Amino acid sequence: MQKQRLVLIGNGMAGIRTLEEILKHDKERYDITVIGDEPWGNYNRIQLSPILAGEQKLKDIILNDLDWYAEHGIRLVKGCAATRIDRERREVHTAAGEAIAYDKLLIATGSRPFMLPVPGAELDGVIGFRDIKDTERMIVAAALHRHAVVIGGGLLGLEAAHGLKLRGMDVTVIHLGDWLLNRQLDETAGRLLEQSLAERGLKLKLGAKTQTLVGENGHVTGVRLESGELIPADLVVMAVGIVPNADLARDAGIEVSNGIVVDDKLATSDEHIYAVGECVNHRGVSYGLVAPLFEMAKVLGNQLGGCGKQRYTGTTTSTKLKVTGIDLFSAGEFMGGENCDEIVLSDPAGGVYKRLIVRDNKLVGACLYGDTSDGAWYFQLLRQERDLADLRSQLLFGPPRDLGDHGTSGASRAAALPDDAEICGCNGITKGVLVKAIKEKGLFTVDDVKKHTKAGASCGSCTGLVEQVLMSTVGSSFQDAPKRKSMCGCTDHTHGEVREAIREQHLVTLADTMKALHWKTPDGCPTCRPALNYYLISTWPGEAKDDPQARLVNERVHANVQKDSTFSVIPRMWGGVTSPAELRKIADVADKFNVKMVKVTGGQRLDLLGVKKEDLPQMWRDLDMPCGMGYAKGLRTVKTCVGKQFCRFGTQDSTGMGIALEKAFDRMWAPHKVKLAVSGCPRNCAEAGIKDVGIIAVDSGWEIYIGGNGGIKTEVAEFFTKVKTEEEVLEYSGAVLQLYREEAYYLERTVHYMGRVGLDYIKSKVLEDATNRKALWARLQLALAGEPDPWQAQLGADAAARFTDLTV
Amino acid sequence: MSADKNQWQSICKLDDIPAQGARVVKREGKTDIALFRTLDNRVFALDDHCPHKGGALSHGLVYGDTVACPLHNFKISLQTGQAQAPDEGHTPCHKVELRDDTVWLAVD
Ligand code: SRM
Ligand SMILES: Cc1cc2nc3c(=O)[nH]c(=O)nc-3n(C[C@H](O)[C@H](O)[C@H](O)COP(=O)(O)OP(=O)(O)OC[C@H]3O[C@@H](n4cnc5c(N)ncnc54)[C@H](O)[C@@H]3O)c2cc1C
Ligand code: SF4
Ligand code: FES
Repeated sequence: MQKQRLVLIGNGMAGIRTLEEILKHDKERYDITVIGDEPWGNYNRIQLSPILAGEQKLKDIILNDLDWYAEHGIRLVKGCAATRIDRERREVHTAAGEAIAYDKLLIATGSRPFMLPVPGAELDGVIGFRDIKDTERMIVAAALHRHAVVIGGGLLGLEAAHGLKLRGMDVTVIHLGDWLLNRQLDETAGRLLEQSLAERGLKLKLGAKTQTLVGENGHVTGVRLESGELIPADLVVMAVGIVPNADLARDAGIEVSNGIVVDDKLATSDEHIYAVGECVNHRGVSYGLVAPLFEMAKVLGNQLGGCGKQRYTGTTTSTKLKVTGIDLFSAGEFMGGENCDEIVLSDPAGGVYKRLIVRDNKLVGACLYGDTSDGAWYFQLLRQERDLADLRSQLLFGPPRDLGDHGTSGASRAAALPDDAEICGCNGITKGVLVKAIKEKGLFTVDDVKKHTKAGASCGSCTGLVEQVLMSTVGSSFQDAPKRKSMCGCTDHTHGEVREAIREQHLVTLADTMKALHWKTPDGCPTCRPALNYYLISTWPGEAKDDPQARLVNERVHANVQKDSTFSVIPRMWGGVTSPAELRKIADVADKFNVKMVKVTGGQRLDLLGVKKEDLPQMWRDLDMPCGMGYAKGLRTVKTCVGKQFCRFGTQDSTGMGIALEKAFDRMWAPHKVKLAVSGCPRNCAEAGIKDVGIIAVDSGWEIYIGGNGGIKTEVAEFFTKVKTEEEVLEYSGAVLQLYREEAYYLERTVHYMGRVGLDYIKSKVLEDATNRKALWARLQLALAGEPDPWQAQLGADAAARFTDLTV
Repeated sequence: MSADKNQWQSICKLDDIPAQGARVVKREGKTDIALFRTLDNRVFALDDHCPHKGGALSHGLVYGDTVACPLHNFKISLQTGQAQAPDEGHTPCHKVELRDDTVWLAVD
């Protein structure tokens, strides 16, 4: 079968990222051609500013060298513009006269600098700041000339001005607004910025309007302002805005309105043509930062890569100026407005200013100057629309944190740290190493940085710092996760919103919940129904009725389905301990029902495999043991070691502790499976370090670790606290698990929940607030008190209808 | 047990099938049939055999007029037996009717 032909116009950051996303899913799907008018492979445009500032070399910023295209069988037509799209014949014409046929076309032509239409704009020496060519021209001009004028005091203009200044030019910035970065900062922060830039020798003309560019012999010599003032200039950089490159699309009759109009699937008005990046207009917005473009690339890449249809719904962006030594950050509605509260900290003399905008108890905007170390945290709160009830009073002071929690002291300022400062204590990775990797490998997300450098990949406690280094290096904060993700196609609500509605509107049935939240389908789907059922029974224990039809087969029949549609049966063996009598009974049952295999599981108990569905109830009766819930999103196993009773190194009775925990949490449903382990000494034979809750006995008590995971991606549990008594182990572990049960999203394991809310948050709820801890523990005990053993509950009179078949 | 070609046979009461659930009808020497009951009390009958790798559709989760296979989540239309794109495959359907509260199946 012939492959589909995919043609990409625009060899830039958004287009190539989309190809990378497609290739991740399916390397074979398309014959790919890329047409780009720049003569290089795709490079990291963001880093042009550091290049201008002399902090980096051109060769370091290539993201995809020519080998990359060759390796992936991609034909690159470089240094050659696309000139026309023939939609009827589905061909793209190039400046070289070639017609390249496509089945699917992707337009990612980016944008170009907006050149003020003032007299003299066409003079030599008047340029924009967009690509390598512009950057090289500025570098040459700086070597030959003295006076530079930058028109526009936005991010790009200030980065250009800063670079030119460092290269020895006399630089004036002309800015129409009353303060610098007026689209990113409020006035107070703008003034602070003005002061530090002036101290660095930049001349700033604010509230100034350019009237004409004056020239001699076709070359610019000065800029005249409306006030009449004439500023000498050998180089003029226009940085007053960008214009989406949409001409190709417009000429082809595709809908364009200040950018190529795309829908949430990033399709244009022609179903064979997609567009991503700065050239698009999505829901009326055109973006000028990389983070949204990468989100678009991911959505479109999934779609074109055959991974179903996702929707792109827009991005909240944040910004950061890439001028070494200046720390500013802004995101969201930083100017505030109606119904907004403002929380402000202002210390002009100390050069620190923070303004947080809160509406409906949610953070909607932030503007920070001088100390941006908490920017990433604010940005996370903002994107998650997290309720601030418990944080508000402390909000200005950043995330609740313990000493040492961020690798260095709390007042970390990534930008101010020296290159040899250690960021990741586990792996000995310095800031210098991180910055180098971020620049050279073109990394944009914390995950990428972790993958490439291993920083933050061990204990993860330095993730916040890593993110700050990332932000100060690439100029904005990148997150892989979309801003909001609806539960599934049946609703636009997120898991968080649904949980909240169930709690606040006291919803107790699936039908009511779907109705109250305007579900788009009559009875949901396999994604939302199990989630809703869990939210209901965990929020309203004893009141909401478990709906077996909202559960997948394992939890409906309380056994694990096998590939041949038989089932496996795992009874509980408390703490992995059994007895000769129990073993004899299991052996008898295995014989009676002809089970295909008896296996010791990785969870220290026995599994009877290959059981027919209709045999399940009788087997449970014969076993007469508690259900091991080996199939459940709920408590699985509590692994133990032999401990003090037998082991020469044991410090405590770990077996007994494990049994007590398993009995305490038995029958517990949860957002995902929950596994515990108790080891009798730090040799840790029960592998407590990779459990949702892991307990390690030491001579003076018990250490509790949380959020470990030994599955798909091994995650080491975080040290949580140390307690003295068995009762405390139960209370603290129970409180952590109840918090997880009440707040985590369905299918979020403890490690992922912890990643979302933060270890500090869990500590604040369980360690620092004793009343809350006891309340959580009490709620868990109450919920479990009414919970029947799943097998026993199946043995009622109607078991026949559910487990037996009809015949004809 | 075997009946003439396409002979209607009464199988069970509607309430013998859980709403949004299924019940299996065993046949001598032939693939089992899964009877499905939707939320709005419509009844469908399909071979109890997923076109993917033979999972028992009767173990699946029923929503709208679709069942999701318990093994790898293929979504099979109860109306047509067709797998929802991008997946491919088809499961044979059988004629079934609800007369009052009794489920009748046309067995071949
Ligand atoms: C039976 C057992 C393997 C064995 O023979 O030892 C097992 C069997 C299955 N595991 Fe497991 N896991 C078993 C111990 C583990 C362990 C080890 C442990 O518990 O100490 C792990 C890693 C620890 C962890 O979970 O953190 C483990 C990590 C997984 C994962 C990955 C979870 C993750 O969050 O990364 C899955 C997939 C999932 O849950 O989505 C999985 C899923 C499965 C399923 C349920 C797959 C499925 O959906 O059908 C397997 C059922 C097989 C069957 O046909 O019945 N199994 N599984 C073990 C049962 C333990 C028990 O007594 O309950
Ligand atoms: C100096 C500078 C600093 C920046 N700093 C930051 C920052 O700190 N943080 C941040 O998030 N963003 C920053 N940006 C913005 C960021 O670089 C852009 O958002 C991003 O590059 C846009 O990606 P794109 O693929 O849409 O466009 P581009 O990367 O511009 O790619 C489009 C490509 O298409 C080519 N093209 C256009 N028309 C045609 C045609 N007809 N035929 C063939 N090829 C064509 C263009 O030449 C270009 O190579 C900065 C930009 C600049 C210029
Ligand atoms: S590792 Fe777990 S999920 Fe994978 S085959 Fe083994 S039992 Fe099944
Ligand atoms: S067997 Fe049904 S989806 Fe795989």
